Amino acid sequence: MAAGNSLETSEYIKHHLQNLTFGYDPGHGWTIAHSAEQASNMGFWAINLDTMLFSIVLGALFLWVFRLVARHASSGVPSKLNNAVEMVVEFVDSSVRETFHGKSRLIAPLSLTIFVWVFLMNLMDLIPVDWIPQLAQAVGVSVIGVEDPSHVYFRIVPTADINATLGMSLTVFALILIYMVRMKGISGFVADLTLKPFSASNPLVQALLVPANLLLELVTLLSKPISLGLRLFGNLYAGELIFMLIASVGLFQLPLHFAWATFHLLIIVLQAFIFMMLTIVYLSQASEEH
Amino acid sequence: MNLNLTLIGQSIAFLVFVWFCMKYVWPPITKALEERRSKIEEDLASADRARQEMERVNEESERILRESREEASRILEQTRSRADRMIEEARDDARAEGQRMIDQARSEIDMELQRAREDLRQQVAALAVTGAERILETEIDENRHREMLDKLAAEL
Repeated sequence: MAAGNSLETSEYIKHHLQNLTFGYDPGHGWTIAHSAEQASNMGFWAINLDTMLFSIVLGALFLWVFRLVARHASSGVPSKLNNAVEMVVEFVDSSVRETFHGKSRLIAPLSLTIFVWVFLMNLMDLIPVDWIPQLAQAVGVSVIGVEDPSHVYFRIVPTADINATLGMSLTVFALILIYMVRMKGISGFVADLTLKPFSASNPLVQALLVPANLLLELVTLLSKPISLGLRLFGNLYAGELIFMLIASVGLFQLPLHFAWATFHLLIIVLQAFIFMMLTIVYLSQASEEH
Repeated sequence: MNLNLTLIGQSIAFLVFVWFCMKYVWPPITKALEERRSKIEEDLASADRARQEMERVNEESERILRESREEASRILEQTRSRADRMIEEARDDARAEGQRMIDQARSEIDMELQRAREDLRQQVAALAVTGAERILETEIDENRHREMLDKLAAEL
């Protein structure tokens, strides 16, 4: 996508960063947004169809492959696919065992889902930035009958959409809260939030310290899902942005693209791993006795 | 870059995936891995046992071989000495038997000789008596005497 000037480049990038949004527009009712303003006017009651489609398709792909392996899993000689899947499972399993010492049936499959799913979603970043959006535009014009192809928006990296990453991190946050309450009880949970880090033996002084503790602990607690979600989003968003910038420099994009893709491959795996590891660590902290 | 319903949609999808993974993916795979681990452990242990058993059997068979070899050479040695002894005995026996037979034959010959001598003596005596009788009964003619005496002599 060679762009003649910086304005075109900026338009090009803005277009690529707009999700395919379906929602309630006060002027038009329930509809697909034709522009960025329309999408932002829809506010909270809108859904990014591209993000949902790709995340669900990739999640289903992950579960389909792993279920296939699980159905044929036996103690005999494993096939190559079995071997690969079992390697991932063992890797996740050993990561969980090293960090999480309690007993939980949920945490290992949770970590596996996070790792593989996030990895697959991140991997979409390596598909050349124009392929799927152009395909979507072609489909939009010929099948659905949109007059202007530039009104069709499509983003294929779900983890570069803040809704997806925050959706996951808030789910993890909910699990953290559930674990805290389940392991320590309501009173332990409240005590965790109010009696640390400042404590005093005098009840009156302690009562004075409670607001300060609460403030600190709430910030600590809330920073977990926010940082978890924003870290993944930031890395992938930046990666996507750089791919788009590279795609707009003409012929030089080929070596540049290769170099960045190689480097980004690292980020893709690393961010999936970090998201999984931090989830395990947070849940491990939540379920530990002090 | 707006926060919207996708947030909730993604959370729901996430939970569903986790639930599915927890229910249908994780348990069978880890179970199979655990089974394979214990099976390999078992196989290794049994291979170890088999090796030990083989070593034991090897030693045993070597021992038996050594013993049988010793036994064989012992038997051979024994047999050889017995054969020697038997040959020696047989030779002695044969020698003794031959000697005995020779002695017997000799004594038989002696006996026969003795008997023949006795017979001869008796016949000579009888002849002498017969001759004397003839001489006494008949007139003695010199020629006839001579003739008779010659006959007598020939008969001796």
